[in-house]
Amino acid sequence: MQNNSNPITKETVANIANLARIKVTDEEKPAMADELNVILNWVVQLDEVNTVGIEPLVNVNDEDYGSLRSRPDIVNDGNIQTQILANAPSAAMGFFTVPKVIE
Amino acid sequence: MTKLTDLTVVQALNGLKNKEFSAVELVHAHIDGMQKAACLNAFITETPELALAQARVSDARRASGHAKALDGIPLAIKDLFCTRGIRTTSASKMLENFVPPYESTITQKLLDAGAVTLGKTNLDEFAMGSTTATSYFKPTINPWTEGDILGAKRKLIPGGSSGGSAAAVAARIALAALGTDTGGSIRQPASLTGTVGIKPTYGRCSRFGIVAFASSLDQAGPMTRNVEDAALMLKLMSGFDEKDSMSVDIPVPDYTQALGKGVKGLKIGIPSEYRIKGMNADVDAVWQKAADMLKAAGAEVMDITLPHTKYALPVYYIIAPAEASSNFAKYDGVRFGLRVNGESLNDMYDMTRSEGFGKEVQRRIMIGTYVLSAGYYDAYYLRAQQVRRLIRQDFINAFKKCDVILTPAAPSPAFAIEEKQKDPLQLYLEDVFTVTLNLAGLPGICLPVGLSSEKLPIGMQLIGKAFDEETLISAARSLEESANFTHKPLFTV
Repeated sequence: MQNNSNPITKETVANIANLARIKVTDEEKPAMADELNVILNWVVQLDEVNTVGIEPLVNVNDEDYGSLRSRPDIVNDGNIQTQILANAPSAAMGFFTVPKVIE
Repeated sequence: MTKLTDLTVVQALNGLKNKEFSAVELVHAHIDGMQKAACLNAFITETPELALAQARVSDARRASGHAKALDGIPLAIKDLFCTRGIRTTSASKMLENFVPPYESTITQKLLDAGAVTLGKTNLDEFAMGSTTATSYFKPTINPWTEGDILGAKRKLIPGGSSGGSAAAVAARIALAALGTDTGGSIRQPASLTGTVGIKPTYGRCSRFGIVAFASSLDQAGPMTRNVEDAALMLKLMSGFDEKDSMSVDIPVPDYTQALGKGVKGLKIGIPSEYRIKGMNADVDAVWQKAADMLKAAGAEVMDITLPHTKYALPVYYIIAPAEASSNFAKYDGVRFGLRVNGESLNDMYDMTRSEGFGKEVQRRIMIGTYVLSAGYYDAYYLRAQQVRRLIRQDFINAFKKCDVILTPAAPSPAFAIEEKQKDPLQLYLEDVFTVTLNLAGLPGICLPVGLSSEKLPIGMQLIGKAFDEETLISAARSLEESANFTHKPLFTV
């Protein structure tokens, strides 16, 4: 973990916002960087913990009840096109539609 | 006769069975209450017509001799559970007009048991918060607020994120409610409203159809006015569901059978690490009182240690945002939810997500995206998962010595939002006593035990071994009997 304080700069905010697909304006960037730094400078205390040889915990029940269950790869429903499209912001001819991608 | 809205679930079921009143009468009383309590903003969507239709069907079923386990009981549902044909907003602009085409497993189970739906309750946006003030709709007000609710000088928050459900149960709008708990979202509002809330063991209740926040932590649970009702509700909500890949396929005990077992010979652990710096004196005093009550009832009270407790919140604020940032990728303005058009497809994504998500949700998505990004994953996310194992191991070690652990559920009684919102970290501390259980996957119950010097409720939390909700309920029922908490909020319907 980064021990130098304030790992987040305006540029990092722009980069994270791009990855997260959230629009952040130039005016908002410094305040957001500050807020994120407060949180990251607080979680940095985890560096104190000796985690050598500790297996990361992903599922609390896997030791006693087995890991993530899967089912046979078989279609078990269908023919619900109207329901699936019912909440679409924009749909046409049985498809979701999006703004033009190719010029 | 007791007012219909003052009954417990079990009392109401008996009244219906003995024909003292009909389901329609019972539901009518609660719909009237919902209208009187509109000032609390406990609901995002009210469904009175549906409730009355369900009540009429319930009365007919009972008349034909086929009454079910929860027949005719009016419930409030946190607006994070998908309900077929009833909009499900998650208190977000993103889902303001989302009408699910399917029903969550838990709400389906309760409908199958004959329950009646009063409406969908308010919450922090996408369950991210401890105040119900981050809702895209209006904030919910705690019915323990002094004076006229609308004009009150110090409007108290009900806690969160299940604050609408907690307020509805406390103010007698609903006989019981559904909540969800990712870091304390059932237990902390229960503490702040003087109600009972259970977060079951991870894997006990199906997550199918609950809008996902942090999938390795989310659990649904009941919110009620006493332990008996909570036990009954939990019994009906629990069980294996093949639609939830983390659901655990083991038998569900009849939790109501655990109610009278008492605590004689039970070992109750008190973790010294939960006595935090600058702890609220009233909370500390009630904690001590609760330990004394359990001792007087025959339990053996002992000191235990949970050494990694102080790391639980930092671990949570890496893991929960990380999982949320991944879960929330689906809100893209294409298949459902808000769309804000832009100049290009990417622009549409950006605009949709920045307008659809509130400030706190955006902050957590940003944090989550950062800790999962290339070059930082091991330093933050992997390390948090390692410390998460150490936190779970602390509990496993403690439970070699004791059967149940007693702690407070919230660091202070209810407060006004202005008093604690200087920076996000201050509000994150609200979950300091509850978040450890989500990380360890353990069950917990919060019940009211005492009042603060300002006459506000203070709840205590009991923590149990994984899938041992029964012992938890036995201990909670005993503590409830000793505490005899009969205080009501200043505002009831």
